[in-house]
Amino acid sequence: MSEFNYAMASSADDASTQVKGTGDGSLIAGGMTLIPSIKLGLATPTDLIDLAGAGLSGISVEGTTVTIGAMTRHVDVASSKEVVNAVPALSGMASGIGDPQVRNRGTIGGSVANNDPAADYPAACLGLGATIQTNDREISADDFFTGLFTTALKEGEVITSVGFPIPERAAYVKFPNPASRYALVGVFVSDGPMGIRVAVTGAGINGVYRESSFESALSGAWESATLDGVKADESSMASDIHAAADYRAHLVGEIARRAVAASV
Amino acid sequence: MATVSLTVNGKVMSAEASADTLLVNFIRENLGMTGTHVGCDTSQCGACVVMVNGDSVKSCTMLAVQAEGTEVTTVEGLASNGDLHPMQQAFHDNHALQCGYCTPGMLISSIDLVTKNPNATEAEIRHGLEGNLCRCTGYHNIVKAVQAGAAEMKG
Amino acid sequence: MPDGNTGIGAAVKRKEDGRFLTGKGRFTDDINRPNQTFAYFLRSSVAHANIKNVDTSAALTAEGVVAVYTNGDMEGVGGVPCGWGLTFQNGDPMVEPVHPILAAGKVRHVGDPIAVVIAETKKQAKAAAALIKIDLEDLPAVVNMTNAVEGGTLVHEEAANNICYDWAIGDKDEVDKVFDGADHVTSIEIINNRLIPNAIEPRVAIGDYDAVSQKYTLYTSTQSPHVIRLLMGAFVLQIPEHKLRVVAPDVGGGFGSKTFHYAEEAMVTWAAGHLGRPVKWTAERSESFVSDAHGRDHVTTAELALSKDGKFLALREKTYANMGAYLSTFGPAIATYLHSTLLAGVYTTPLIYSNIIAVFTNTVAVDAYRGAGRPEATYILERLVDRAARELGIDQVEIRRKNFIPPDAFPYQTPVALEYDSGDYEATLASALEGADVDGFEARKSKAAKNGKLRGVGYSTYVEACGAAPSAVAGALGARAGLYESANVRVHPTGSVTVFTGSHSHGQGHETAFAQLVSEQIGVDIDSVEIAHGDTDQVQFGMGTYASRSLAVGGSAIVKALDKIIDKSKKIAAHIMEAAESDIEFEDGTFKVAGTDKSMGFGEVALAAYVPHNYPLDVLEPGLEESAFYDPANFTYPAGCHICEVEIDPTTGVVEIVNFTAADDPGIVINPIIVEGQIHGGVAQGIGQALLEGCVYDDNGQLITGTYMDYTMPRADDLPSYVVSTESSRCTHNPLGVKGVGEVGTIGATPAVINAIVDALSELGVTDMPMPATPQTVWRAIQEAS
Repeated sequence: MSEFNYAMASSADDASTQVKGTGDGSLIAGGMTLIPSIKLGLATPTDLIDLAGAGLSGISVEGTTVTIGAMTRHVDVASSKEVVNAVPALSGMASGIGDPQVRNRGTIGGSVANNDPAADYPAACLGLGATIQTNDREISADDFFTGLFTTALKEGEVITSVGFPIPERAAYVKFPNPASRYALVGVFVSDGPMGIRVAVTGAGINGVYRESSFESALSGAWESATLDGVKADESSMASDIHAAADYRAHLVGEIARRAVAASV
Repeated sequence: MATVSLTVNGKVMSAEASADTLLVNFIRENLGMTGTHVGCDTSQCGACVVMVNGDSVKSCTMLAVQAEGTEVTTVEGLASNGDLHPMQQAFHDNHALQCGYCTPGMLISSIDLVTKNPNATEAEIRHGLEGNLCRCTGYHNIVKAVQAGAAEMKG
Repeated sequence: MPDGNTGIGAAVKRKEDGRFLTGKGRFTDDINRPNQTFAYFLRSSVAHANIKNVDTSAALTAEGVVAVYTNGDMEGVGGVPCGWGLTFQNGDPMVEPVHPILAAGKVRHVGDPIAVVIAETKKQAKAAAALIKIDLEDLPAVVNMTNAVEGGTLVHEEAANNICYDWAIGDKDEVDKVFDGADHVTSIEIINNRLIPNAIEPRVAIGDYDAVSQKYTLYTSTQSPHVIRLLMGAFVLQIPEHKLRVVAPDVGGGFGSKTFHYAEEAMVTWAAGHLGRPVKWTAERSESFVSDAHGRDHVTTAELALSKDGKFLALREKTYANMGAYLSTFGPAIATYLHSTLLAGVYTTPLIYSNIIAVFTNTVAVDAYRGAGRPEATYILERLVDRAARELGIDQVEIRRKNFIPPDAFPYQTPVALEYDSGDYEATLASALEGADVDGFEARKSKAAKNGKLRGVGYSTYVEACGAAPSAVAGALGARAGLYESANVRVHPTGSVTVFTGSHSHGQGHETAFAQLVSEQIGVDIDSVEIAHGDTDQVQFGMGTYASRSLAVGGSAIVKALDKIIDKSKKIAAHIMEAAESDIEFEDGTFKVAGTDKSMGFGEVALAAYVPHNYPLDVLEPGLEESAFYDPANFTYPAGCHICEVEIDPTTGVVEIVNFTAADDPGIVINPIIVEGQIHGGVAQGIGQALLEGCVYDDNGQLITGTYMDYTMPRADDLPSYVVSTESSRCTHNPLGVKGVGEVGTIGATPAVINAIVDALSELGVTDMPMPATPQTVWRAIQEAS
């Protein structure tokens, strides 16, 4: 592993200040992606600023919004009664991220900020029309995810929480990559205050995206039959040994259909 | 270098470690406890799983400095006064280990699993062991052992 | 037998478990030597290139660096030898290029080591390696075997068309004649997918040198310490055996891949001598993917000639076997000695012709992986049989029964060199049919169909030749070593026993099963028996553990040594009890004088042997310790039937194994718990090949499946619980009647899974299924059929 300095931040603002003062520093949340990346030499930060002490974890439901602190672990979202009651699709999604050990360390903030094209949380954010709160501003999910591993976050900007509008119905269905168990295709569907949304992870060539053709169809009738036989545009699909573009395009339709059928 | 202090298997321990020291290497090399193993470099195999503050984690995917002040349990800390932990005993009784390399992580993950879900079904156990690879047993006897261990842990 | 029965057949819980359950196992990486240094190998990132220059100057001056070596520094060091020599059909020897410890002039696969950095810490070694400047001249990579033999760039200049050998067994003309006149010919194209063994413990090697005794020690995660000592000592480093100790402590799984002598072992040993300091190397998993020998990787065209009523008349096949870039220890033997010889299977096929073309490519070397040649052969055969039955409209069970070698036909000489000594294929078939509830299948299939799922059932009836041996046969087929095993039984003065065995346990439970043999034969409890293995300074000699040989060959050696112990003990007992030796009976650990009430316990005899006050010193030496070497008369032939039931979601292509039944004949069972565990593990790997695992290189020779992110390892939720049973028939030529069980799972399971998938999809017109049958592959086959 490359050498780096390590410091604990006491708050989001402190983390922001600290990371801006480093050469090529990085924030670390759960570290579930960052640490393996450093181990394999894919990331070589000069400094790690740890958010574990920044007081950013916790879940609250107020009015029509579920707010989840950035350092809240997946296991806590998965097992939160409040989340289970308000947005079961969200707790269900969290219970399927990685494996139990990943869920015991990984955080929503880390996942959202990393924007891995096969991660689950970006689909939940986009699929529910979430708002990402940083130490500086609010960013809507529609504006937040800008491409593979890239987001609207500015240098040193720190996610503090994510607010999810409570939908009338929603579901997340993941078709896992057989090897990595990341999403080969994951589809988060919802019908609620943010309109009808179909967010797709794992499949798109530019990472998480909204499948607007499915959304228009579902606005006619929210039932799985609406999506019978539909598929995504093959030319915008990623392709690898586990799934070529045509198979992914097919799966996006099928998994979206299953998500609608499963929505509660 | 920083001094990392933590409680391992009930004993307060501390050692010097650079920031880039992984918890697993800290346990194996700095603390000299070699029961916890390393089987991959992409956080999938689970041979390195230890308990940190009551949750199973992959110690190859956590920095030693992040474990400062935590309570860590490794495989060496499962038996007490010479008596095997019920899960260790269940692994023995059900021939749930062959080469023994994945066993430390498998045990810790299994204990975490049934502590949080004492009535886990076979499917839940299989899914709950997603983060641990075993190449020897085909998992059949591990699943049986976890069921037996769960029953024993419930008392 | 003592109370609580710890002898043959007892379901004894494993003695070795204690240390593994409590974190006290001692694996090679747990060993650290005083003043130790660490090695890091700089490996090629490209598949094929000429090495123009390697500049190590910056690395040499980096912090903590002790030494940097490249090939040029290793004058006098030999290449990694191959343990098996084969010939072309015309008798010419196979092409056997040098396999240097560090690349010489050329790199031939991604992962080929170019330089090694030795430093005070692992981190320093790795950091310094990044400072080495390598100037490479890229060459086109040869990955695909068809391209390799049809004018591809040469991996080795001396191997024309990249062919290592073109070998054949059987009478081609006779076989062709039968095909010409046959009622029906079933043909199939098969790819036995390349697999990466992936023992969970990565390989580790520590070299140590003691200047005072001028003796080297290599601690290494190997399955065969004496073989490593022989190959490395005699061929690579020229160290005589008495100055080289190889220790294989607890080893975290092997599955064949830790049988071979690897360059890293020689490197750390040589460097330790050079530096006068211990040198430790621990593979990172990403490194294992490109440096551990891979398995399978055969491309085959096969045909079966049948009469119209389904009787097999002849079989012919042509297989291209990928050797990778260099010949690994047993590489050339896998497709020939272990593959072609198994093509009769459990059937009476009278004529077989097998042509094997071994090919060099710019990929990691290929060698034995659990099953080694026999899964490949069985897969070809069982896919052919399955397809033939479909083409002729014959039931899958019936066509197998019609062609089984009947129980009264043993010993049975196959047309491909082997003589099966025993078997009862109907017994395992019947047991599997019952276990799988085949009668209820149609009802389950209809129910699944109502949920939009397709169910299928697939069969595999297999035989395997294991217990790699006998030396004479192996020698005739190209082995450069004998394939016997040794044992030394040391009875201590108080009657406890240490057995030194040349077999090596890395999960198989020898410390328990071998102790059971001792318990059975001399009546001591297994807790009074210690099994010592894995240290060439402790153990006399040994050929190691592979090819399911430990019990059949190593166990038989122990039995022979125990027989000698009993013989000598009887003489001692006769003397002390003042009886004729012929009147001494030995039973349940007690020596009795026939027809009297005089008796002596085994422990008393042992004590008398070491305190020979009243002892026949004129005819017997004191002490009670005996050695035996056992070279078997034949292979052993486990066999069985595996039945797999799958349910397929045709919309996504996901295959779920809903029922897996294995009925196996492993010969006499010493410990049923261990036997079942071996079957479970083998079946999981067999299912892995069928559904999940596939090593993929791109056209440039880059390994796409180079981590667990892309290489699918079977997880608990990929697999079902298995229904397992054994139907034992005795092996007729070893004293225990045992056959072996380590590989039956990988041999029997794979075709059963694929046959089940083909069965489920047959109504859609699917007739074949490539491996691994991933969701995408299955979905695509459905699309293409409809």
